[in-house]
Amino acid sequence: MKSGLLNISDLKVSVEGNNILKGLNLTINKGETHVILGPNGAGKSTLAYSVLGHPDYQVDGGKIVFEGEDITDESTDKRAKKGIFLSFQNPEEINGITMVNFLKTAKKAVSDKPLPVLKFHKEMNQKMDALSINPDYAERYINVGFSGGEKKKAEILQMLMLNPKLAILDETDSGLDVDAVKIVSLGVKEYKNEENALLIITHNARILDELDVDYVHILENGKIVRTAGRELVDFISKNGFTALENQE
Amino acid sequence: MRSFEEEKTDIAEIDRSVYDIKDKVDAGYTVQNGLTREIVEEISRTKNDPEWMREFRLKALEIYNGLDVPTWGPDLSGLNMEDITTYIRPKTDMQMDWDDVPDYIKNTFDRLGIPEAEKSSLAGVGAQYDSEVVYHNVREEVAAQGVVYTDMESALTGEYADMVKEHFMKLLKPGDHKFNALHGAVWSGGSFVYVPPGVHVDIPLQSYFRLNAPGAGQFEHTLIIVDKGAYLHFIEGCSAPKYNVANLHAGCVELYVQEGARLRYSTIENWSKNMYNLNSKRAMVQKDGIMEWVSGSFGSHTSYLYPMSILKGENSRMEFTGITFAGNGQNLDTGAKVVHAAPNTKSHISTKSISRDGGVSTFRSSVSILPQAKGSKTATSCESLMLDSRSRSDTIPVMDIQTDDADVGHEAKIGRISNEAIFYLMSRGLSEEDAKAMIVGGFAEPIAKELPMEYAVEMNNLIHLEMIGSIG
Repeated sequence: MKSGLLNISDLKVSVEGNNILKGLNLTINKGETHVILGPNGAGKSTLAYSVLGHPDYQVDGGKIVFEGEDITDESTDKRAKKGIFLSFQNPEEINGITMVNFLKTAKKAVSDKPLPVLKFHKEMNQKMDALSINPDYAERYINVGFSGGEKKKAEILQMLMLNPKLAILDETDSGLDVDAVKIVSLGVKEYKNEENALLIITHNARILDELDVDYVHILENGKIVRTAGRELVDFISKNGFTALENQE
Repeated sequence: MRSFEEEKTDIAEIDRSVYDIKDKVDAGYTVQNGLTREIVEEISRTKNDPEWMREFRLKALEIYNGLDVPTWGPDLSGLNMEDITTYIRPKTDMQMDWDDVPDYIKNTFDRLGIPEAEKSSLAGVGAQYDSEVVYHNVREEVAAQGVVYTDMESALTGEYADMVKEHFMKLLKPGDHKFNALHGAVWSGGSFVYVPPGVHVDIPLQSYFRLNAPGAGQFEHTLIIVDKGAYLHFIEGCSAPKYNVANLHAGCVELYVQEGARLRYSTIENWSKNMYNLNSKRAMVQKDGIMEWVSGSFGSHTSYLYPMSILKGENSRMEFTGITFAGNGQNLDTGAKVVHAAPNTKSHISTKSISRDGGVSTFRSSVSILPQAKGSKTATSCESLMLDSRSRSDTIPVMDIQTDDADVGHEAKIGRISNEAIFYLMSRGLSEEDAKAMIVGGFAEPIAKELPMEYAVEMNNLIHLEMIGSIG
């Protein structure tokens, strides 16, 4: 029996008065990889932001439990410290703060202990190399002037450095060329082990090539309408969502 | 519904504790409050002015009486000249050894880190306490190069007396505005620097101005002449403890950058929040000369501060880099002026301002390109960040371009701290306060890296930024 990591029950979320999630249930256990598919506007990114507690996403009902603890009202930084990570679909550009200082600050914040600086640098350089990120980027300001692909790689770098218990990847593969998807996918594979879990929001099967997918969920109109195994990804990438509806 | 505004975790107020330690006022000599002919005569007599200076003061007083307080900027009605003491002499003569400075004054400068910085990273130091300079010294090897760095009073009667007379209040004239006239009448203290032709002063000189007495005015005069092909970095720092009555600072800074010379003038102003900072600074730059201003304005209740550069010689240049941080109860009106008066001159003004907790920050710039300044280039960029909805930020750029043959650029951005950026940093484990501090620090970073090292550190302490550099 695997132990429960994330339990979302009957989650209702609205943004600026619009109901987006309408009673969503999802359980993720340690060691699992979940994939969420769904048409645009179904609420996929809302789910990701809600799990991280973005203040614009108002929880109208239901709860989010992480490692047995109700975090529905926790602040975003506390959730991050508990081990939840989000790879953003559109990572923010922030001037004046170098990536390396940001990573150090974040690492210190989530681990709550002094940072072994030499070890940190060694690890960062090694991971940047694995992700084919130009070493100069460590000294550049957070995502400023990065291409779309570079931003996504930088997100994966952060994930690898922070080593969260649950990583949510929101469209990490969108806008990437074939090679970049491959690199990112290998990075994600390196992260994954039996002690952590992945929630991948995507509409592209390629990022899943290197990964063992346990569950595939279809999110439509604020609810999970179907859950199956990996075969569902292949079906949808071949036939689209409409075919799925017709099949029912 | 939770929101960033509701959680009360603002950027910390500037930590002023070290600046706020007051010394008991134990002046050697103080004039009466207010401003009369008798007071001006008395100041002149006490200071043993040469006759021309006595006449200059009295003429300035006449001009002062005929001018009105400016009304185009922040409100000055809280400043009543009848309540201001214009001259307070500390109980000591000027010393060249810190051990000879009275303990309570030395302790003040120790807390500000001045003697320490002098040992490690400065070529010379001047320290003014209320109206007079209490310490002035310059490293032997720098003096051996012919560099003169002394208090203004000594300069008036010393070897360079004629040079001082020739330049004193010629760039900034008593008739410019009421507070320059006031300065002309009651000025006291400040520094005189002369760098001979071709001399490169490798490490900076620094003057520090400390106003301790409540209800007092400080009117120091700084005159710097960097001769042909020479280089100097001059640092100016100022602070005062907080009182409930208005204090006034109306200093004058006159800078002469001769042919092919370069002067970098850095200021960190951290007056207390009862201070009216009505300071004037002006530089004249000759052919191929370079003037660089670095300016950090953090303190004072009200500031009017617009250092001006006159690009007099062909191919001369000026760069102005400034940051202003206005908090609760502060109205800081800062900026820069430049006049392009010769062909192929270049100017670049780059400023950032941060306002928080009801603070008001206004950026004012004035760029003039005269008809003869063909082929000149100017660029202005100002960015403002407001940390909450109670704070204000304005931009007032003025341009007067009198030739078609000029390249003129202007860019202004006023924004609020982005909630998405805060969320992004918080999603990596940073508290809301740390996230905001980091974003503000990042915003200020391009300016911070221009500051002298110890002041960059001071600025970080000032804004209480737990950010870049503090880790690892």
